[in-house]
Amino acid sequence: MLEELCKKAFFKSLWLYHTNTGACNGCDIEVIDVLTPYYDAERFGIKLVGSPRHADVLICCGPVTRQVVPALKRLYEAVPDPKLVVAVGSCACGGGIWYDSYNIVGGVDTVLPVDYYIQGCPPRPEAILHGVAVALGLLDKQVAPEALRQLPDSSESVPIED
Amino acid sequence: MILSKLKQALICLLAGRVTLPYPAKPHPPDEGFRGYPEVDVDKCIGCGACAAVCPARLIKIEDLDQTTRRITRLLERCIFCGRCAEVCPEDAITMTRQFELASDQARQDLTHQCEIFMATCRRCGACYQPATPLDRIMQPGFRSDEIDRGGDLCQYENVCLESQQAENTTATVGEGE
Ligand code: SF4
Ligand code: SF4
Ligand code: SF4
Repeated sequence: MLEELCKKAFFKSLWLYHTNTGACNGCDIEVIDVLTPYYDAERFGIKLVGSPRHADVLICCGPVTRQVVPALKRLYEAVPDPKLVVAVGSCACGGGIWYDSYNIVGGVDTVLPVDYYIQGCPPRPEAILHGVAVALGLLDKQVAPEALRQLPDSSESVPIED
Repeated sequence: MILSKLKQALICLLAGRVTLPYPAKPHPPDEGFRGYPEVDVDKCIGCGACAAVCPARLIKIEDLDQTTRRITRLLERCIFCGRCAEVCPEDAITMTRQFELASDQARQDLTHQCEIFMATCRRCGACYQPATPLDRIMQPGFRSDEIDRGGDLCQYENVCLESQQAENTTATVGEGE
């Protein structure tokens, strides 16, 4: 459903606003890498903008620190509807290795509704591009819930006979 | 000024097309890249070494009952450091080169759960893993004919290492006194 909505609502260009919610800068560098001519996310119409009021997509890198929570909420409200939130990096997806630190509230999804998660520490630029392609509906995602993953295995198992 | 601009234009023209055709064509990472840690459940003996070293502490070990150990991996937090694969005594974990893990429901898509058959210690009742495959077969519940084997267990059969050590220590202390 979300994909359908994406195709309708974002059929032209996605403008990104990139925010660091407490990252070590590894993920931020990779996001910038994706916008360089070598990986060139701009061929999908993606553009980095300097103000959340111009953006369609909020890219969040890093675990959410307690200090950043109010700012992140204000930032989310500043992005006009319809909007997507993409969590880049293991930290943003669930807190990474900092998930239980005293100053971390968790992944971005503890504060904002996250639409797409991109794994990795930091994710390769290709992984981010793959996430972009999945978000735009160009590619299918490569991971599936465990119940679906297990199906071929369990059908192969031979019942024990005596 | 104009010359430098011309020089820049020349450099750009000579470089040609540099953009990677990535999402259209696959671009596999180099040898040694660490991606999704794949677990071979048949090899895993449930020792818990991976859970002890994981820096993200995402491997959770629970004993459901005295013969079942459930290992849950919340891989959405994995940083692909490969420590779990390094310490695993059975080489049950391999770091694959799969990096395309983007999803819209990371929690469901990247959680891995398995249940391992374990033995029960006759002394303390805790789950433990017998040392050799032969010992595993000797455990109650592993074979259907184990009911017939009652009564002929040796002193340390079906006793976990901690209980054995505790018993030995007590025995030594007792002798010393
Ligand atoms: S996922 Fe890794 S690289 Fe990205 S912010 Fe967290 S620690 Fe840094
Ligand atoms: S690769 Fe590292 S973070 Fe991921 S499960 Fe293994 S030890 Fe934990
Ligand atoms: S270290 Fe290997 S054998 Fe031990 S619990 Fe982890 S995966 Fe299983």
